[in-house]
Amino acid sequence: MTAVDVPLRKNRPAPDAPQQFRKRGRRRFGADAAALAIALLVAFPLFWMVLSALKPKTALDAGDAAPFTLEPSFDSFMRVLSLNNFGRYFLNSVIVALVVVIVSTVLAFLASVALTRYQFKVRTKLLIVVLVSQMVPVEALTIPLFFLLRNAGEAVPLVGLNQLGSLVLVHVGFSIPFAIWMLRGFVAAVPVEIEEAARIDGASGFRFVRSILFPLVAPGVVACSVFSFISTWNDFLFAKTFIISAQENQTLPMALLTFFKPDQNDWGAIMAGSVIMTIPVLIFFIAVQRKLVSGLAGAVKG
Amino acid sequence: MTALASAKAGTNGANRKQDRKQNRKPTTARMPRRRSQGKRSLEPWFYLAPAFIVLIALLGYPIFQLINVSLYDYRQAQVSGKAPLQFTGLENYQKLFADPEFWSVLGNTVLFAGACVVLTLLVGTLLAVLATRLRPWVRTALFVVSLGAWATPAVTGSAVWLFLFDPTLGLVNKALASVGLTQFNGYSWTYDKWSAFGLVASEVVWCSFPFVLVTVYAGIQAISTEVIEAARLDGASMPRIARSIMLPMLRPIVMVVTIQSIIWNFKIFSQIYIMTNGGGIAGQNLVLNVYGYQQAFAASLYGLGSALGVIMTTLLMIITLIYLRILKRTGEVL
Repeated sequence: MTAVDVPLRKNRPAPDAPQQFRKRGRRRFGADAAALAIALLVAFPLFWMVLSALKPKTALDAGDAAPFTLEPSFDSFMRVLSLNNFGRYFLNSVIVALVVVIVSTVLAFLASVALTRYQFKVRTKLLIVVLVSQMVPVEALTIPLFFLLRNAGEAVPLVGLNQLGSLVLVHVGFSIPFAIWMLRGFVAAVPVEIEEAARIDGASGFRFVRSILFPLVAPGVVACSVFSFISTWNDFLFAKTFIISAQENQTLPMALLTFFKPDQNDWGAIMAGSVIMTIPVLIFFIAVQRKLVSGLAGAVKG
Repeated sequence: MTALASAKAGTNGANRKQDRKQNRKPTTARMPRRRSQGKRSLEPWFYLAPAFIVLIALLGYPIFQLINVSLYDYRQAQVSGKAPLQFTGLENYQKLFADPEFWSVLGNTVLFAGACVVLTLLVGTLLAVLATRLRPWVRTALFVVSLGAWATPAVTGSAVWLFLFDPTLGLVNKALASVGLTQFNGYSWTYDKWSAFGLVASEVVWCSFPFVLVTVYAGIQAISTEVIEAARLDGASMPRIARSIMLPMLRPIVMVVTIQSIIWNFKIFSQIYIMTNGGGIAGQNLVLNVYGYQQAFAASLYGLGSALGVIMTTLLMIITLIYLRILKRTGEVL
């Protein structure tokens, strides 16, 4: 909880200054009450998701609208995990996301070193390329990527359609621009004196990057890897397009959709699956939100 | 060193390039301990190569191919090699521009994305202003739940909202019916075109306003109190301060947030696809992305789908260029 509050208060005016905003206690109470009501409203869908996942199936099918449950059960979770091979899909999602995180973070880190710590002719142009490629609507590239991977699969089966490798490949590509953009702030923040000291001590360029720079920017690396993780984990479109027939290589978002059946939605299972899919993201997100705020503020500082 | 040089150069936009060139030499000269430029000049390319090879292969080449395919009559027969590939030039585009469905989809996209942008900005900004007046623990609560909504994957968010608005089992219809609005018993929110769009838009706003809230709040906090104090001493009222000082100072942040929202909301795919089951009844809820996907992978009209992708990309790149200009103006150091 405090983790959220600290960074957001970092730029707060001196303690005596905000008096102007909080003149009367009564008005503040009104604002607090309104904010709490809004917070409850915003939290409600997530609360309802967890609650519905814990309600017994009979209660859900009867349209139980109570905001609590007297007999919480893990039936829905068991149904999800056992019947529909959900564990396998979960594992697939984890594998794809982890490989993407490792590969894209390493590549982006190296690139951001080049783009921040070296002065060369096209540096600014390359940074603009990175920024622009971050904005490319990757959804529009589904068609060419589909054919690219189909052809690639004939040469290297591992990255062809229906393979987890295809998802890894495209998400590494999509994650790199944003990761470079985020990491460059962290890499640039390391003082040049440290680099000079390392060089005087005889460290080669790469030795410096590996043994000194990387440990120093590790927090930033972790933050940016979380974003690669989340965007890969949440991907629905590419999983749907590239994993056509190989059911065993499906990832979580598509697996969740298999519970949608016309008129016969198993809401308990859908909600349980949603909880399983949401929790890891939620944990990671809260863990790095501080970096997120500063990263975004870096991009939009006025 | 580099930040300093480009910051200096950035201060007067027009002379930027010249300044940079003049600046470079003295800056290097001040760093005599650095190795000669000659030896270091190849080093960055080793670090850049892996990432940029991936980018060229997985973003650059596909963009080229997207444009390429959009100029061909490319259907299932051509994919499987049963029919010869035929270059048709701009025929796919002509077909699209002559098709009333394309225009209605484009209209849907603009209206839907526009509504999402406006609502997201409105909710996010109002809450950011509200957040400055809250007790710390209330503000923390508001930010934590907002982060929760932000973090929720599009797929699960859509699923939960669908469940809440389910015709028979959904909580919303039950609540509405229990307060006497019995016409909502079994009411389908996805049957009518605009109520379906409204439902999707609510989910989108729910999971995207936190970005605006957090960014604008940080912007408000960054306004120095001295400025506001000075205005107060000059006798400015609170509304006057908000209008004449805070708003102009927040403008760059609001612009950036607006453009980010436009880009994100234009690209929405998952929410529409899941909540309206692939574009709604008879395609009434199609937006450009979903339409292009359906044309390509449901109707096997890959050429046509690619043309839609090109149109989509062009629109977003125009917005991105505006974004770049604004970034430059706000002094972002490249």
